[in-house]
Amino acid sequence: MALSRKVGLLAGAKYQGGGPMLAWALHRISGLAIIVFVTLHVMASFLTQQLGSDLGISINILYESIYFQLFIVFCAIFHGVNGLRIIVLDVWPRLIRYQKESTWLEWFVVLPLYALTAFIMIRRFLAG
Amino acid sequence: MRSRTMPKPSWNLEFLMWVFTRVSGLSLILLAVIGISLGLLMGARSQMDLGTFMRWAFFPNPSHVLDSEIPDIYLWSNGFWQIMEILVVVFAATHGFNGLRVVLEDYTSPGFWQGLLRFLIFLLWIFSALVGIYVILGS
Repeated sequence: MALSRKVGLLAGAKYQGGGPMLAWALHRISGLAIIVFVTLHVMASFLTQQLGSDLGISINILYESIYFQLFIVFCAIFHGVNGLRIIVLDVWPRLIRYQKESTWLEWFVVLPLYALTAFIMIRRFLAG
Repeated sequence: MRSRTMPKPSWNLEFLMWVFTRVSGLSLILLAVIGISLGLLMGARSQMDLGTFMRWAFFPNPSHVLDSEIPDIYLWSNGFWQIMEILVVVFAATHGFNGLRVVLEDYTSPGFWQGLLRFLIFLLWIFSALVGIYVILGS
């Protein structure tokens, strides 16, 4: 990397980055979660489709859980909207000045979208 | 305080992947929008529930809509959708594993172990993209 510096985990966590730092951390966490989910899903599809294996079915049961789905849907929505925010800031660098405000705007999009999705999912889950 | 001088962008891997991450991220959203639009044109509104349709939007695979009342599965499983699926898989795998590489390089320093991790990520990228394409062509 361009800048070499040694910052421990604790010092990093104490850094008062505010909204943009939270968005940065969540973007990484949600990205990693999506990699794990998509890779597992591709492998499970391959195992059930080509080999009819029980391992694929047991992986399917893991992510058919409503809690896993609520988590991964949040990751997908947040990663997508935050990615759009990053693209907008990259294309118009003058907007970097409003980086903090852009994360507020982002939450105004993410939270209603996720609340609506979660409402539909939970209602369906409770209906059985 | 003097501001840092901007490095001139050169056509190296970092710059190309930086561009690719933006382009593929936008493309994945666009591909989902295309899946939703054409799905609605094919009658998704009256033939399946919202959860099934959203699974289709994320990844237009026919096995995602088997659990519905569509009259003709061929409309949802032809070569056009296979091309769309391959685009989604290749974009998503490259975007994702490049992101994993960027995260790992933030927490490791250049050397043997970083090289090994990069190589492992490279293998995972090729492997998962090929397995994904195999599943698409087989479903």
